[in-house]
Amino acid sequence: MSHSLIVSLLVFAPLLGAVVAGLFGRRIGNVASQSVTTGLLLAACALAWTTFVGMTWGGWEPFTVALAPFIHVGKFVADWSIRIDALSSVMLIVVTTVSSLVHVYSWGYMAEDDSKPRFFAYLSLFTFAMLSLVTAADFMQMFFGWEGVGLASYLLIGFWFKKPTANAASIKAFVVNRVGDFGFALGIMTVFWAFGSIKFAEIFPQIASHAHLAWTFAGRQWPLIDLACALLFVGAMGKSAQFFLHTWLPDAMEGPTPVSALIHAATMVTAGVYMVCLLSPMFEYAPVAKQIVTVIGAVTALFAATVGLAQNDIKRVIAYSTCSQLGYMFFAAGVGAYQGAMFHLFTHAFFKALLFLGAGSVIMGMHHEQDMRKMGGLWRLMPITYAVMLIGTIAITGMGLPGLELGFAGFYSKDAIIESAFVAGQHNPVGMFAFIIGVIVAGLTAFYSWRLVFMTFHGHAKWGHDHHADDHGHAHDDGHHAAHDDHHGHGHDHKPHESPWVVILPLLALSVGAIFAGGVFVEKFIGEERGEFWGKAIFTGAGNTVLENLRHIPEWVTLAPLVVSVIGLIAAWYVYVLREGMGARIAAGKGPLWTFFYNKWFFDELYEATFVRAARFLGDLFWKGGDQKVIDGLGPNGVAAASYLVGRRTGRLQTGYLYHYAFVMLLGVAGLLTYAILKWR
Amino acid sequence: MTGILSLTTFSPLVGVIAILALRAFGGGGDQAAVNRAAKWIALVTSFATFALSILLVFKFDAANPGFQFVEDLNWFAGLHYRMGVDGISILFVLLTAFLLPLCIAASWDSIENRVLEYLIAFLILEVLVIGVFCALDLVLFYLFFEGQLLPMFLIIGVWGGKNRVYAAYKFFLYTLLGSVLMLVAILAMISIAHTTSIPALMAFKFAPQVQTFLWLAFFASFAVKMPMWPVHTWLPDAHVEAPTAGSVILAGILLKMGGYGFLRFSLPMFPQASQLFTPLVFALSVIAIVYTSLVAFRQVDIKKLIAYSSVAHMGFVTMGIFSGNAYGVQGAIFQMLSHGVISGALFLCVGVVYDRMHTREIAFYGGLVNRMPWYAATFMLFTMGNVGLPGTSGFVGEILTMTGAYGVSTWTAIAAASGVIFSAVYALTLYRKVIFGEMVNPKLAAIEDLNWREVTIFVPLIAATLILGVQPNLIFNLTTASVDGLVSVYKAAVGG
Repeated sequence: MSHSLIVSLLVFAPLLGAVVAGLFGRRIGNVASQSVTTGLLLAACALAWTTFVGMTWGGWEPFTVALAPFIHVGKFVADWSIRIDALSSVMLIVVTTVSSLVHVYSWGYMAEDDSKPRFFAYLSLFTFAMLSLVTAADFMQMFFGWEGVGLASYLLIGFWFKKPTANAASIKAFVVNRVGDFGFALGIMTVFWAFGSIKFAEIFPQIASHAHLAWTFAGRQWPLIDLACALLFVGAMGKSAQFFLHTWLPDAMEGPTPVSALIHAATMVTAGVYMVCLLSPMFEYAPVAKQIVTVIGAVTALFAATVGLAQNDIKRVIAYSTCSQLGYMFFAAGVGAYQGAMFHLFTHAFFKALLFLGAGSVIMGMHHEQDMRKMGGLWRLMPITYAVMLIGTIAITGMGLPGLELGFAGFYSKDAIIESAFVAGQHNPVGMFAFIIGVIVAGLTAFYSWRLVFMTFHGHAKWGHDHHADDHGHAHDDGHHAAHDDHHGHGHDHKPHESPWVVILPLLALSVGAIFAGGVFVEKFIGEERGEFWGKAIFTGAGNTVLENLRHIPEWVTLAPLVVSVIGLIAAWYVYVLREGMGARIAAGKGPLWTFFYNKWFFDELYEATFVRAARFLGDLFWKGGDQKVIDGLGPNGVAAASYLVGRRTGRLQTGYLYHYAFVMLLGVAGLLTYAILKWR
Repeated sequence: MTGILSLTTFSPLVGVIAILALRAFGGGGDQAAVNRAAKWIALVTSFATFALSILLVFKFDAANPGFQFVEDLNWFAGLHYRMGVDGISILFVLLTAFLLPLCIAASWDSIENRVLEYLIAFLILEVLVIGVFCALDLVLFYLFFEGQLLPMFLIIGVWGGKNRVYAAYKFFLYTLLGSVLMLVAILAMISIAHTTSIPALMAFKFAPQVQTFLWLAFFASFAVKMPMWPVHTWLPDAHVEAPTAGSVILAGILLKMGGYGFLRFSLPMFPQASQLFTPLVFALSVIAIVYTSLVAFRQVDIKKLIAYSSVAHMGFVTMGIFSGNAYGVQGAIFQMLSHGVISGALFLCVGVVYDRMHTREIAFYGGLVNRMPWYAATFMLFTMGNVGLPGTSGFVGEILTMTGAYGVSTWTAIAAASGVIFSAVYALTLYRKVIFGEMVNPKLAAIEDLNWREVTIFVPLIAATLILGVQPNLIFNLTTASVDGLVSVYKAAVGG
């Protein structure tokens, strides 16, 4: 098979599956729908690995398959195409591997759901959109994939459409992502007017010559490349749930757990990181934008980790953990270690998908219970799930033996990021800030990750004696539970059980990745072979020597993350195992710090009080005040009323005047805006 | 191929005559049979017109920026019957002819009174609307432009809902007010330029002061048609009261006559004035986008919500046209076509549930997906088109008009881009309230999913939304030569 045929089949196979299952699912039945989508995904996965192996070892050169024109208007030329280079081939294997495993896993997880064809169609649709995103050769196709994954995410978060919380969460995800896309779109327009193209291959060679240009935007002068990168990064913040635009990700856990693993952990949320790495030829000329990326990434890492400490829902803990790990990836990219960011993206996909799917196995075993306070002691009953969760936890906390350079996946990638920040920090205070935060967060990560393991698998079982005795405070959880028991029908046997093989198998496959993805690929991604591996896919500027200097750092920097991780582990063990019940007492004490973390730094309340209320208020004001009273009052109804009033010549004219004043005010606002647009181009 | 344009334009009259003949001689008391026969006549006629318009597109030479299929007959008193299309107008002819059979099919069961008159009104409306887009003579244009008010007025006023008279008069008054000013301008133009030929007027150079007044007069008419803020309030009322097919035509085609007017008259004939007033148009456009999106968010009536969202989408059109570059103008044309398909489809979606439940109140519905999965999927697709999701036709126009505006005023692009957030809010909220959730209202318990007639209506609209979303070049291939000509003349005139 020719290379172009391979990648074309690989991109379109999931779309075919989605169409078949989506349109004909009811006719062909569950098993056929699931077989078609899963089979096509496995085929796509095999082709993706063929491509990756070809690119890495087989001597394939980067290439682009031109499929069809998209938008051709003047210089605004976008085409449908498949662009393969080292970066996109890494994403191809990440996306198709996790996606095919999630497809398989869903046979078990969704076994009792009554709209399986729809679920599998959405999963495959998502995969197609994600593949078109990572293989885009221009900003338009990228935007297509970018919003396409958003659509799939919206559909899947709201998959259980009878749950009001799921519907609310799905809209929130879409809208918050739209806020990001607002910046993204303006970034694309800036790039277009500055470079006369939206194709990466035509933009990148022009960057160096445009590096010192100033650009007028919103009435001010800005450094062109910094402005473009900062606007595009707003899009990345939305998609990758970074600080300020993160609020949708925890709520997205309303979706079925396989969705959380695929979309909200391993693939879609990493699209922002991928974009920044892909645009490294731009970001390398955008020092200020890189600082912004670094700060936002570091703050997100810290914020999400602190919130993760206090959550009780097993999926939300992992969701905040994802948010935090994405922060790591961003500050790596921000300090110029794009390869490190991609490496962590790669390893994180395996262990985070593993943790999510493991959590899903726990949730199944617990009959759709997600509250960790009602678990405990599960390791005897779910030994395989316990084992894989341990592997995932060791991988995410970056445990390893620094002297021997041996460890699970996260050990290689996370340490590389923290060390990169230290290296960058030698010349750049923002890098040092990221380094300090990175080390602190490593400790927090260990604490919340082990807390999850201990609360779930260790200690006394809290599930044997049913909840009616101790459960006045969690009425909503019971409602939740009852809704799900419908799926089970009977469901009074609350004894947890190990999951079926179709669920276990993907867990084992991901465990292999979580263990070996780091050690096997470290040299390729960030080591001596990185130049050859990445080729021209990642650009590092002349002054960017972060990765070269990784081996010249003091011993304590290498050891610091490990030491704090061990401290985090011990602390979690002390609080949740040795002194079991201490965690609950801390929570019951409702200290200010705990309250702050538990309530997610009050972001939802803040946004509700400002943006949501403002939108409602303004909507009503414009509708009932502006349209009905002022415009209609003065316009058609007003003409009639005025002639009536003039005829009567009464003092009541004043009320009429009120609307005249308001109308004049409205016109005044329009006039001012006109003036503003005239003045500030 | 001389004559094909007139043939296309007036072909619906064949159906009108046939229906009149049927009324005069047919039936013999069986009104139902007469009605059914009349529906078939109207449907077949509108299909024939559609076929002719497709033939027109196939015969059209896309490389030629000028007017084609030109017809020029001496009429009377020095007036001319001049017809012709270029790459811009031909698409609106196609859109009109495409939507009309769908309108007739959509009215199949829902119109019970005065069916024959209803069908005649629609066919005559089609003649007049196609005439607007083909007319190359100022007077002829005005006749068509004003003429279509009457059938639309009747469609709302006779076959509308409870408040139909108020809505019809509001519609009529607003549009008439604009038209009077336009008529004055037209008379002034004729006395200055001594010609009524639109191509000749496009080449005629009006003095800048004169342009200012003429521009304002035309603006009054087109701004009401679009509609632009703050003369938009007739639209929600008109939509709410109009029968489903009336809303489809109103949103799908009649609003586009405003945008078409800006492209045909304001930009080429009054370029200096257009440039002078660009900031005003930009301001009104972004107000429309932001203001009406927020208003749409608070609506309790499904049709009103979609009507407000139309105003917001038309804001992108005016913004694109007056950016005066190829990106904005192409985007505006595309946005009009796309909105014609998507908003038409959304009003048909409302019609589906209105036919079953006879209410448009959002709160009445909820959980429809439980009984109407195909309807839910269809509505989802058009909702996504409405929020401008890439891959649907709604995206292309938005991104190009914003790109066009960015080249002139970044503030305008920023404000318009914020509208993209708001559209997601109101459209998804509406969808959630109507489609998702548990089915609580017992009256909905027996509601039926789409029937075959409805599926047949939606399939072409779905196809158009997706095909244009993925292959917008199908449109740009036709428009590029004409738009480039228009833009280069405009730029030469304003020295940009």
